[in-house]
Amino acid sequence: MALPDLGPLWLTFRLAALTTAILLVVGTPIAWWLAHTRSRLKPVAEALTALPLVLPPTVLGFYLLILMSPSSTIGGLWLQVTGTTLTFSFIGLVIASTIYSLPFTVQPLQTAFESVSHAPLEAAAVLRAGPLDRFFTVAAPLAARGFLTAAVVSFAHTIGEFGVVLMVGGNIPGKTKVISIAIYEHVETIRYAEAQVLSAGLLIFSFIVLLLVYTVNRRFPVHVG
Amino acid sequence: MALTVDVRLNYGAFNLDVTQAFLLSGVTGLFGPSGSGKSTLLRVIAGLERGATGRVAMDGEVWQDGSRFVAPHRRGVGYVFQDTRLFSHLRVRGNLEYAGSRARGLGGPALDEVVAALDLGPLLARWPSEISGGEKQRVAIGRALLAAPRILLMDEPLAALDEARKAEILPYLERLCDRARVPIIYVTHSVAEIARLAQHLVVLRAGHVLRAGEAAEVLSDPETVPMMGPRDAGAVLEARIVAQHADGLTELAVSAGSLLLPRIEAAIGDQLRLRIPAQDVILARERPSGLSALNVLPVTVTEVKTGEGPGAVIQLKAGEDLLLARVTRRSVAALDLRPGVAAHAVLKSVALAKSDIGTPHAHRDGGII
Repeated sequence: MALPDLGPLWLTFRLAALTTAILLVVGTPIAWWLAHTRSRLKPVAEALTALPLVLPPTVLGFYLLILMSPSSTIGGLWLQVTGTTLTFSFIGLVIASTIYSLPFTVQPLQTAFESVSHAPLEAAAVLRAGPLDRFFTVAAPLAARGFLTAAVVSFAHTIGEFGVVLMVGGNIPGKTKVISIAIYEHVETIRYAEAQVLSAGLLIFSFIVLLLVYTVNRRFPVHVG
Repeated sequence: MALTVDVRLNYGAFNLDVTQAFLLSGVTGLFGPSGSGKSTLLRVIAGLERGATGRVAMDGEVWQDGSRFVAPHRRGVGYVFQDTRLFSHLRVRGNLEYAGSRARGLGGPALDEVVAALDLGPLLARWPSEISGGEKQRVAIGRALLAAPRILLMDEPLAALDEARKAEILPYLERLCDRARVPIIYVTHSVAEIARLAQHLVVLRAGHVLRAGEAAEVLSDPETVPMMGPRDAGAVLEARIVAQHADGLTELAVSAGSLLLPRIEAAIGDQLRLRIPAQDVILARERPSGLSALNVLPVTVTEVKTGEGPGAVIQLKAGEDLLLARVTRRSVAALDLRPGVAAHAVLKSVALAKSDIGTPHAHRDGGII
């Protein structure tokens, strides 16, 4: 049996891990704001963050491609500063997947934050804990399941991404050739054996990750909420 | 030295409008029926009600006025919530340390000291979900103390507990109130808890202060009787043990004379607080004779308050103390009770304020007829 090149696998994991990390940093304040705001802009913000759920990846990818191309303001600025293009680069992919997977981070976190009541936060406030302190020591631990769900779903969703990557990143080995693209290419060139190995590997990996998450989720929240 | 409050808060039909100075010493009871705004006032003091307008100042330091709002975590209040609000993701030890670690160098008590005082040792390794309601409340009190508060706000800490649990936690509360160097505002709708714990009393009704002052004085104010409820209304007075008699009675001195109670296990000279329910005081114009009651005090009528029903509340001066008696309007007329009239108060029951809570019928046992 022909062993496929494992480069795309490694690239995919790097992409998913980096995207997830960025999403947790970016998505947490957005989710917190959405969970607590009484602003009239809330539905607008909610609709915007949910857009990647309903848009075909090709539409999202198309607009991202235009935004990142060297002829646009953002893409041009990037080229000037770094000397490389955003499109067809790993960084470009990370940006695209962050936007693409945003709802998968924000929505579980928002739900989790909404379920943390004011009661323990008030209790922390009168124990001299400031707002950030309260967030990290009370709200976040109580919303731990939400963080776990957000991280896993975002990670998994990024691994499975295809359309946006194809539009923005193309198929450059070591830079933008992620596993789904590699599988597609193997199938296109009728190398089913390699496609089989990658697909099965991804399937098994995904199952194991989800299994772990659900197992942990069952045990861990005993003292939460 | 006072916490001055001059605040207003509107919640639909409910209006809180309170101007009051709270003394920064001992325990101030904040009493009122449910819905009178007690908890809301406590939350305003703590800075948990952003919508409140007006002024709150702690010992001259402004916590809130038109232009300033000091956030709750910078006020240095300790808060014991009715529902304890222990952090479910931390063990008991973690809950205590949460407070302690944020109050380093502020002169608060040491963890060991609080653990010993509240008997928390066996609970330290447990999760909040694994301990009883009374134990949770003890942890919550310990946690609040460890935050080194300048004032301790307690919102009906016993309300959610059954009588047995109350009895279990009250001795701790009492010791705390006696020894704490921290002033306490204690919200409750239990007269018994006030009689036992509070030196000062503020009575709230429908969001306004109805009466404020020394606990003994306010409790013996006929005006407050309707709020205390027929069973609970009554005076509180200080007594000193003067003798232990061979027939099993203990003699106590009050300002108007002496009282005899079933044996109280305490030393001669000890100070106690007594509670005399208004409905257990009978009035006579002449000194009664041929009566089995042992406790009769000479009194002077100071106030007669008649309401809409057939009853009346009489305030009496007994030495330096004030007593309350509930009689019928018919008796008021028959005995010609009006301010200045001398009478004798027959006390059907006298209770130690101490034994009043936790054992629901204890104050009946104190009666000698």
